Amino acid sequence: MMISPYPVATIFGVLIVALTIAAGLIWLERRLLALWQDRYGPNRVGPFGLFQVMADMIKIFFKEDWIPPFADKTIFVIAPAIIMVTVLMSFAVLPIAPGIVVSDLNVGVLFILAMSSLGVYSVALAGWSSDNKYSLLGALRAAAQMLSYEVFMGLSIMGVVLLAGSFNLVQIIDAQRGLWFVIPQFLGFVLFLIAGVAETRRLPFDLPEAESELVAGFHSEYSGMKFGMFFVGEYLGITLISSLIAILFLGGWLGPILPPIVWFLLKTFLLICFFILLRASLPRPRFDQLMTWGWKVMLPLAVANLLVTGAIVVATAQGRSF
Amino acid sequence: MPSGYLPIFVFAILAALFPVAALLLARLVRPSAPNAAKLSAYECGIEPTSQSRGRYSVRFFLVAMLFVIFDVETVFLFPWAVRYRQLGWFGIAEAGVFLAFLVVGYVWVIRKRVLDWS
Repeated sequence: MMISPYPVATIFGVLIVALTIAAGLIWLERRLLALWQDRYGPNRVGPFGLFQVMADMIKIFFKEDWIPPFADKTIFVIAPAIIMVTVLMSFAVLPIAPGIVVSDLNVGVLFILAMSSLGVYSVALAGWSSDNKYSLLGALRAAAQMLSYEVFMGLSIMGVVLLAGSFNLVQIIDAQRGLWFVIPQFLGFVLFLIAGVAETRRLPFDLPEAESELVAGFHSEYSGMKFGMFFVGEYLGITLISSLIAILFLGGWLGPILPPIVWFLLKTFLLICFFILLRASLPRPRFDQLMTWGWKVMLPLAVANLLVTGAIVVATAQGRSF
Repeated sequence: MPSGYLPIFVFAILAALFPVAALLLARLVRPSAPNAAKLSAYECGIEPTSQSRGRYSVRFFLVAMLFVIFDVETVFLFPWAVRYRQLGWFGIAEAGVFLAFLVVGYVWVIRKRVLDWS
């Protein structure tokens, strides 16, 4: 097993880069949304409004942060921390460039699936402990949505695992040297992308916090830094899903001329922009439509994709051996 | 012997420190001036009526049960996905039989309208 030569430096590097990107996204998302909606967006603080991130951070630290007296205090405080920690943990197995990975686990894919499952707890507990009707409804929706989309999220990656023959993310990237998996696994790519959007609860799948009906849903009662942690957790989630798609389907660090790390960051960046474009352009479906879509369309497609991929791979492997 | 988990353990501790540090720092600098209006449950400015933990749709429970069934299914498919090369057509057929059983249940669930939310 390959262990990076500077483990401590890598750990700190990955943590700090992940959090910096997540913070930067606050600015990027507002600027891009503004661009696509013909407005300016934040452009006053510093060049191109870049220091808006700093201004927002300072503001959120100095905001009053009360715990409602009717809330379940311990869980209320722990819930936002859970989402930050679980999403950050997934970054521990992401290979960023050859040799730059905190831990090159042989079950990297499973580790990430496990961590993203734990994220459900954060949202469900936040809504439950808030003891507010909107929060509870938001939490129920979030739990139902994330559970439903998690099932075929795992199934949609299995096509990639079949082709690479491994759960190890580095080996999955190596297996894409000839051809990125987005071409043989296009259906898996689309399914995983949709599941990823649903798992991060981003528009068009942001029903748990639907502003127009649930007024922020599961985090209605949150304020100050605790709200900030949900916010950062969401942006960390987008970064994570984007880098995962880049690794699983778009060849990770593979690419000509430019150094590997630049390729990885470039692909991740473009996917993040795509996530923001989704938010800028798509309306929100109804909740029953969301659940029907997940169970009746996506799940059968994911299962079929897995079986057909398996059959094709076995057929070609036997063809070669003869 | 599983290896590679020590860096993850260190990573987990450091990752857990971030929210703790953020909350502590915010606690030092933020003001605290609660009043009755701030401390009541947020219901768009209307006086809150009744407890929030009332009854809600049984469909959420049904989804949770379906999730358990189908997630166990995916868990069984994971080891198959990395070992199918050795299993060949036999493995494909086995997975097909396994999924056929699930499809029967899936069709039953759809016929029972468990997945219809309207």
